[in-house]
Amino acid sequence: MAKSIVSPIPGVFYRRPAPDKDVFVKEGDQVKADDVIGLVEVMKNFYEIKAEADGVIERFLVEEEGLLDSGQEIAILIEK
Amino acid sequence: MTYFKKVLIANRGEIARRIIRTCHELGIHTVAVYSEADAQAPFVNEATEAVCIGPAQAKKSYLNIEKIIQTAKETKAEAIHPGYGFLSENPEFVIRCQEENIVFIGPEAAKMKLMGSKLESRIQMQKAGVPVVPGSDTSLGSIEEALTVAEELGYPLMLKASAGGGGIGMKLVENREELIKAFDETIKKAVSFFNDGAVFLEKWISKPRHIEVQIAADVYGNVVHLFERECSVQRRNQKVVEESPSPFLDENLRKELLETAVRGVKEIGYTNVGTMEFIFDENQNFYFLEMNTRLQVEHPVTEEITGIDLVEWQLKIAAGEKLPASQEEIQMTGHAIECRLYAEDPNTYFPSPGTISRLALPEQNIRLDFAVAEGSVVSPFYDPMIGKIIVHGVNRQTAIETMERTLEHIEVEGLTTNLPLLERIMKNDLFTAGDYTTQLLAEQKVQS
Repeated sequence: MAKSIVSPIPGVFYRRPAPDKDVFVKEGDQVKADDVIGLVEVMKNFYEIKAEADGVIERFLVEEEGLLDSGQEIAILIEK
Repeated sequence: MTYFKKVLIANRGEIARRIIRTCHELGIHTVAVYSEADAQAPFVNEATEAVCIGPAQAKKSYLNIEKIIQTAKETKAEAIHPGYGFLSENPEFVIRCQEENIVFIGPEAAKMKLMGSKLESRIQMQKAGVPVVPGSDTSLGSIEEALTVAEELGYPLMLKASAGGGGIGMKLVENREELIKAFDETIKKAVSFFNDGAVFLEKWISKPRHIEVQIAADVYGNVVHLFERECSVQRRNQKVVEESPSPFLDENLRKELLETAVRGVKEIGYTNVGTMEFIFDENQNFYFLEMNTRLQVEHPVTEEITGIDLVEWQLKIAAGEKLPASQEEIQMTGHAIECRLYAEDPNTYFPSPGTISRLALPEQNIRLDFAVAEGSVVSPFYDPMIGKIIVHGVNRQTAIETMERTLEHIEVEGLTTNLPLLERIMKNDLFTAGDYTTQLLAEQKVQS
């Protein structure tokens, strides 16, 4: 079942823990519930965006450093 | 030399408005630079002219050195005021201003760089006889060296990145095992965050108080202090309430602290305004922590008790004038308190961006340094602080009462603020008794 992962807050989206690091997950990667898939920077704080269930990250809908609104879809997760 | 004709303000929000206010009082024209997210912000309107310098994200606008320099040249601004945060403590920016013959309103790049290194500033302060927290005076090259130093100092210790600040790049270690575990990780973080892997160890001080000294120095070697600010009410290493004078200091201890701060500033030949931060332990011993080479967020409490306009002093010093007052002429009257109003949950500190649908602020007998007005958008891109409420009373109790009354009459709708937390702090027994440490908010359940 395809499910979207949404951001609870507005901000700037990051797929990497630091600019010189690899992305948390690639499209097509297996993830477990609670795995971090990205960060949202809001008012100088960083919030982790986590997978809500086990599955595969089919694709991201926001690019690196893209601007997010509250409730916006970040990625599509295909649940196992 | 007379004042500048035109000053560019490389900042946003309440501090940009604050700087514009003094400039205009002095007949100086101002240039605001702003990001696309701030197009409707009050400071953009209030400046003599305003230039959009890029997209919302700070690194594409407020941190874009070349764009800001170019704007200063195009608008023929003679000087740049950096405010606080953003580029205010970036020596590269100071050097670029110098290269373009633009006056940077702040210290020289070399002094800024020196005080930006925790290790270097420790060494310099010790030379001046300013006490520093017991610790290692050189960068620790290996875990073996770190363990030897740790044995000498005794646990618990703080492992700190020399280039760190604001609580980033430091780790509390309680024993040998924790130090071994934290060592590589802290170096890695220091390299990734600050591009500088130098780390050192410092004795950990439990239940500390943060008290800082405002100083000012001109290019002729005159240095004065403008008393202290008590900044121990903090959440996550960020200040929430500040006051001056500090209820913790008696006459003798205050005198000793202020003289020590001035001695340290003289040692390094610093110019413009700056703040020497100290940490106090439970036995009234104080140690130098770091120097902020810029105007502080909480500078209004000092302005209230001294009647001095610190932005005016910054402009005068940068223009090559002598300090406007001698140490004897700088007097302190009454007591001032500042509360920082943050767009965040009062209990979890979770940020709350949004649109301010209603803003009611009492105006009698208080000072309001606000970034926003009714209808303003508080965007997710910058600091959550939306304003500062400052009161001045004949004594501490009067100031607290005025603040309490003022907070009761503030109404903000459209987003969540920490207003309830501020009200609870003013009623907290330890706060009203003046007996609090940086652990107040965490330990006291001032939150509920």
